Amino acid sequence: MSQDLWNYIFIGGSFALYIGIAIRSRAATTKEYYVASGGVSPFANGMATAADWMSAATFISMAGIIAASGYDASRFLMGWTGGFVLLTTLIVPYLRKFNKFTVTDFLGDRFYSNVARAVGVVCAVFICMTYIMGQMRGVGLVFSRLFDIEIWTGVLIGASIVFFYAGLGGMKGITYTQVAQYCVMVFAYTIPAVFISMAMTGNVIPQFGLIGNFTEVSGETVPLLSKLNQLNADLGFPKYTVGKLETLDMFCITAALMCGTAGLPHVIVRFFTVKSVKAVRKSACWTLLFIAVIYLTAPAIGAFARTNLILEVQGKTYAAAPDWFKSWENRGLIAWADKNGDGVMQHTAGGVFVGKNDKPKYADAGERVANEPRRTTNELSENPNEIYYDRDILVMANPEMANLPMWVIALVMAGCVAAALSTAAGLLLVLSTSISHDLMKKIVSPGMSDSHEVIWARSASFGFLVVAAYFGINPPAEFVAKTVAFAFGLAASSFFPTILMGVFSKRVNREGAIAGMIAGIGLTLGYIVYFQFIADHQNYWFGISPEGIGFIGMLVNFSVAALVSSVTPPPPASVVRMVEEIRLPRDAGSANH
Amino acid sequence: MNSQPDGSPPDDGRQNVYWTKNLQIVMFILAIWFVISLGCGVLFRESLDASFPAMGGAPFGFWMAQQGAIIGFLALLFLYMILMNSLDRNSGFDQEGEE
Repeated sequence: MSQDLWNYIFIGGSFALYIGIAIRSRAATTKEYYVASGGVSPFANGMATAADWMSAATFISMAGIIAASGYDASRFLMGWTGGFVLLTTLIVPYLRKFNKFTVTDFLGDRFYSNVARAVGVVCAVFICMTYIMGQMRGVGLVFSRLFDIEIWTGVLIGASIVFFYAGLGGMKGITYTQVAQYCVMVFAYTIPAVFISMAMTGNVIPQFGLIGNFTEVSGETVPLLSKLNQLNADLGFPKYTVGKLETLDMFCITAALMCGTAGLPHVIVRFFTVKSVKAVRKSACWTLLFIAVIYLTAPAIGAFARTNLILEVQGKTYAAAPDWFKSWENRGLIAWADKNGDGVMQHTAGGVFVGKNDKPKYADAGERVANEPRRTTNELSENPNEIYYDRDILVMANPEMANLPMWVIALVMAGCVAAALSTAAGLLLVLSTSISHDLMKKIVSPGMSDSHEVIWARSASFGFLVVAAYFGINPPAEFVAKTVAFAFGLAASSFFPTILMGVFSKRVNREGAIAGMIAGIGLTLGYIVYFQFIADHQNYWFGISPEGIGFIGMLVNFSVAALVSSVTPPPPASVVRMVEEIRLPRDAGSANH
Repeated sequence: MNSQPDGSPPDDGRQNVYWTKNLQIVMFILAIWFVISLGCGVLFRESLDASFPAMGGAPFGFWMAQQGAIIGFLALLFLYMILMNSLDRNSGFDQEGEE
């Protein structure tokens, strides 16, 4: 069987599965649409949350980032898992007990203000839109690489599938498709890692392979990480286990990612679907377990891929380069520019081309000469690095590097698509609820009927999907890459601290919360916009990069809220009673308006 | 169950004890959380790399940052579940039905 056939079978099969599930679980009421009637089991919700959480970027790019930056990438590993400890101990049990449909509901009720509600809507929409554009792009890319179709066709196929089960099925449809998607993702991610680990270190379990020994050609064994440090040092890169980020910057970024994770609305609302506060705690354990399976595999894949890449490419002639090098070169994701004309590939630190993030441009317009490298027309940089590679290929090229059978490659592709679709669906739900529930029902027309609200939700999800698909097809490339920092920075400086104070303080009032959110968001957005779009230098305050400023924004939010609350009247007695009530786990009931 | 009729003063004693213990558990969990992630993985990473026994082939601080912290988080969430469930039981705030 050919690779194409395998791809069709795996992707087509998984799509049929998702659609089948969606048809079985169509939502009719708002309660089904928003929280799947609040009756999902902790185990199923754990799996669904894990799939919701792991986006196309995590699945495709994270291992590549780890391979490229070694220790420095630990900020993502710790940030995107450690946030679940904050989420579980500080946020979700109380919001589940609060027993409403959305995160914004909590802000609006706890701070008795439609201004707080409106700020919540704007933040939720901004965070989710930033994210969902990347997911649509991810689906489009995988499709275009797989089936040789235009990216826009791929984006449209992905968008229709998501609309079919998220738009129609609501949370009910999403939950069970996400369970299926997690299963696809976990096999797609771990199976290649197991094979590579066996080949490289003799360990069946990749997590042990990372700390295991590497066997040299001579038969000697050295710890894999020492080998990698050595290779990196020889080529002029920082040591793999040390990295080059400043400690303070690393601290702020990791903390911002953790707090941002705990404030992301599409993750929080997943926990509204289980039955009780007790079930929330259990579900959080399952969630992190399922996430950890993939997050513990990622650093292993990163280290293996880095070692493989250097060993197979460095110092080889083009004729001796491995097949996968040529096949990814075909797709424009690897390039070799023989700067010193010695016919041998040299990989060192630094960009190959002059522009920092420039992709290779080829002279041959797709019709390449057999057995010759593709010539690039980019302006070459001064430094001796000759190998360009796109970090995203490391996960996708892994099966080829390890010579795995064709069905594994097809499985990895199906996994990429599952990762993108599951996250897009979760985001779409928050986006549509923000409009139908938080904006229309709670602010604009409070008397709206239940069925009317569901119609609003479906129309809003269609509208957002059209916008997301548009940006997936015409990505403001620079913009999207730079706005990832926004999503986490915003969540860390707005939702997380404000919810935290709403639960743990009875004294923080409307004025304090609004002032705190505006100050936190203002600082974070201002800093990111200034350094990403306006300034052409990188003289950060105390060396804190825009990725980490959300942590400072959070501290500002806390301080301003406490200060303003202390000089304005305390919240009304009914709100204080509500806070006392959500602190006790009993009688969480099922979600209602 | 135990809900107060609207308007009547809440059962302050029992609720306050429950909340104080809840806060203690949360502080305890978060203290460990901070030490294993931002502590071992970032702030003290260099000295741990240099002076602690390596985990297999990985320097200790590096291992904590890439794998140890994640395993620790998992253990913490499990511990949190056990502690909170037993607090609920002992304070009479136990909930029925979780599946």
